[in-house]
Amino acid sequence: MLDLSFESPKPKVIAGATGDWELVIGMEIHAQVASRAKLFSGASTQFGAEPNSNVSFVDAAMPGMLPVVNEFCIEQAVRTGLGLKAQINLVSAFDRKNYFYPDLPQGYQISQLYHPLVGEGEVIVDMGAGVGRRVRIERIHVEQDAGKSIHDMDPTMSFVDLNRTGVALMEIVSRPDIRGPEEAAAYVTKLRQILRYLGTCDGNMQNGNLRADVNVSVCRPGDYERYQETQDFGHLGTRCEIKNMNSMRFIQAAIEYEARRQIAILEDGGAVVQETRLFDPDKGETRSMRSKEEAHDYRYFPCPDLLPLEIEQDWVDGIAASLPELPDAKKARFMGDFGLTDYDASVLTADVANAAYFEAVAAEAGDGKLAANWVINELFGRLKKEGHDITDSPVSAGQLAGIIKLIRAGDISGKIAKDLFEIVYTEGGDPAAIVEDRGMKQVTDTGAIEQAVDEIIAANPAQVEKAKANPKLAGWFVGQVMKATGGKANPKAVNEIVTARLGL
Amino acid sequence: MTQPNTLTIAQARDALRKGELTAVELTEACLKAIDAADALNAFVHKTPELALERARAADARLAAGAAPSMCGIPVGIKDLFCTEGVASQAASHILNGFRPEYESTVSAQLRDAGAVMLGKLNMDEFAMGSSNETSTYGDAVNPWKVDDRRLTPGGSSGGSAAAVAADLCLGATGTDTGGSIRQPAAFTGTVGIKPTYGRCSRWGIVAFASSLDQAGPMTRTVRDAAIMLEAMCGHDPMDSTSADLPVPDFEAALGAGVKGRKIGIPREYRMEGMPSEIEKLWADGADMLRDAGAEIVDISLPHTKYALPTYYVIAPAEASSNLARYDGVRYGHRAKLAQGDGITEMYEKTRAEGFGPEVQRRVMIGTYVLSAGFYDAYYNRARKVRTLIKRDFDTVFADGVDAILTPATPSAAFGLGEMVDADPVQMYLNDVFTVTVNLAGLPGIAVPAGLDRQGLPLGLQLIGRPWDEAGLLNTAQVLEEAAGFVSKPAKWW
Repeated sequence: MLDLSFESPKPKVIAGATGDWELVIGMEIHAQVASRAKLFSGASTQFGAEPNSNVSFVDAAMPGMLPVVNEFCIEQAVRTGLGLKAQINLVSAFDRKNYFYPDLPQGYQISQLYHPLVGEGEVIVDMGAGVGRRVRIERIHVEQDAGKSIHDMDPTMSFVDLNRTGVALMEIVSRPDIRGPEEAAAYVTKLRQILRYLGTCDGNMQNGNLRADVNVSVCRPGDYERYQETQDFGHLGTRCEIKNMNSMRFIQAAIEYEARRQIAILEDGGAVVQETRLFDPDKGETRSMRSKEEAHDYRYFPCPDLLPLEIEQDWVDGIAASLPELPDAKKARFMGDFGLTDYDASVLTADVANAAYFEAVAAEAGDGKLAANWVINELFGRLKKEGHDITDSPVSAGQLAGIIKLIRAGDISGKIAKDLFEIVYTEGGDPAAIVEDRGMKQVTDTGAIEQAVDEIIAANPAQVEKAKANPKLAGWFVGQVMKATGGKANPKAVNEIVTARLGL
Repeated sequence: MTQPNTLTIAQARDALRKGELTAVELTEACLKAIDAADALNAFVHKTPELALERARAADARLAAGAAPSMCGIPVGIKDLFCTEGVASQAASHILNGFRPEYESTVSAQLRDAGAVMLGKLNMDEFAMGSSNETSTYGDAVNPWKVDDRRLTPGGSSGGSAAAVAADLCLGATGTDTGGSIRQPAAFTGTVGIKPTYGRCSRWGIVAFASSLDQAGPMTRTVRDAAIMLEAMCGHDPMDSTSADLPVPDFEAALGAGVKGRKIGIPREYRMEGMPSEIEKLWADGADMLRDAGAEIVDISLPHTKYALPTYYVIAPAEASSNLARYDGVRYGHRAKLAQGDGITEMYEKTRAEGFGPEVQRRVMIGTYVLSAGFYDAYYNRARKVRTLIKRDFDTVFADGVDAILTPATPSAAFGLGEMVDADPVQMYLNDVFTVTVNLAGLPGIAVPAGLDRQGLPLGLQLIGRPWDEAGLLNTAQVLEEAAGFVSKPAKWW
């Protein structure tokens, strides 16, 4: 059994003039479904294409066009739900959310308000070794993305790019279980990690493929616990929603600012107004969206072009059976099977590609701990320095395993191994062959080592006396021998022979 | 020989197959009739070159043998259907100049079966209307006339009905959201069937109310309706609400008679103030079916009285959303803007100029019934009542009733312009016998059954079980034969 027990972290506390305040945060994550085609049309979802080149008649809302649901997008959302241990609703339905905007050609977004595809689930957010926050997922629904309006290319005209119009999104809605800016960032990080493991969203925040709306409120210590007991939101403060953030740093800064803004209002005797706000990264503050922008009555109603979405339990079971090992399980297994520390296991499982690389190295090298050290300390350090990641690593898992195998066989020392790594990294090649060709193999022939030790002892009588008085100085002889053998002597053997010869 | 354009589809098919007539001759006869009938304002976009090209192709196909029934048959297409490269405006100014790059599934199926499109037919704007008076092209006119009174051909498929009744084409496509095929058919002495919801693909048909819209044929005989419907319907993966069911041979199902069939007469359709002529027509229709061997039974559809208000909540609600795409951004009309106007002004001016008053009224009603605070009171309640209306029919069919006989309309065709000052609800009452069928998703057919005392055609409606168009057409043909309706409008145009 996996041991996934953990303690809850302490909530963030902000000291105000009138006492302490706590934060209560809920998030809505919009994750673009990894799919080559859009949710209701066959158009491509490729990022960075010529404006308006990935647009079908359906996306452009030409007269008489009808949506047909892309089954793969539904499969991806179900897979996501299963990955978040969530309820999968075998019957769900699509609704229209009506509003006018030029990048919304239909005049409505097809979404799922009344009957979402995925119900309650959870995410365990890692907040350090043995510390985690259980964040409940309220629902995941599937919906269409809008296009892009461009207002700054021309003084009198606006432009519209519909490439993104109709791309499938999953809106992942959490309960207000997040208690601080760091937790919020960690929640997004964890969710992103799981989505990437599942292959249901590439998690690319820069391209806007993962965006967050954050609901923030503040309350007094104890209020949150009362909410937990009763599930009565009356115990919590009035919330504001900060829209559309696509960076972990902005998410944290926005929450921090927003909490302090609300506290200042409350401590002045004012009341927080429930509203939608935008974060301005340049000024580091949130500001109210003009009321006109949010004074929408979306007139939701069931989309009459689509029948209720009915899926079979067998189909869901098939997807469940094909789920990959997820981060929490993988991390626990790495700790159990390879004896890794919590920290090392976290680093190695942060990204599914890293984890796969590590596992390949560990399996071939036959030593998980050594593999972890080499992957984390040597490889990751070097890749980071040169702006690479694991997917374009110049050293393959097989090559790194080859180096580790040479160490384990006693053919090379740790120091030589670092040189070897450098050669493999820059020049490539088979590590064993390089060691052979370049004479890097360490000397384990005790006769040769004894001879070297004897020569150095004979040449340094004064040092011998000192060492006999203070055995710690024997290390000097070891160093000299290593130097004399070009570093190739087996350090353990050298140590033993020096100790014996000096009679220590 | 009779004028080829006055033939029925079945007659023309047989003549074409025997080589007694060519598709080009037939098409030319129709084109000539169309050109002589501008006073009816039925065809609003004529496509003679395209028609002759298709007629020539049809002749080649006929010569090769084994051509489908519709091969070489000239038809008109309602302007609501998108037709590739040919103006398709839903009779609205807001789609001014719109020529789609695609062909609706229904018109594509007709085209592929060899049917010859003569042009696009007039209709009420976005299919909203019962008199063809809301069209941006002006009124279509009924070929039937009393003295000098110009009459409505009904709506919204008024151009289709007028064209078929006046022998401008052998058949026409219509669409029916609340009676838009059946009411014009009844007003013009023609046959119109609205099939079961999901029988015909809606892909490429400008949407009015998606959960109610269905395409169907308008023809001069029941047999022609069977032939044309078969070519129009079938499963379409592009329309999620289209049914994946086999299409029966509707024509082969004709002639089975109605012996032993149970025909229901719903008591709730006996409206207060119903004209005695309509009442008599209905009773006569029941007698005809009884004489042909059917069992006539009284039935109850208790929620009928709620059908009209339910329809006028659901249809505008869906329409308000479906018509949001006509915003002047991508195609069709865009208003000229004044200095300083922004996107909101563009929407407001474009839609104010582009939509006529009836469309604006329905968009506003629809927006209202879906708005926060009114949604439950109107839209949600209407949905619940819709379920009850459907259940009424389910119950009756479960009791063994095969079809239901009702009047098609509460009156004969009325005069154009006569309803201008009336309360819009007066106009909506035209749909009183037909909307229930759309709300329940059932097939319904209007068959000409007699003339009123002014000499205007009157129709009866038969409502069938879901997916039983074959049985419905069979019953309708029995009624058609018994009624022996052979009158034609006297040509005045």
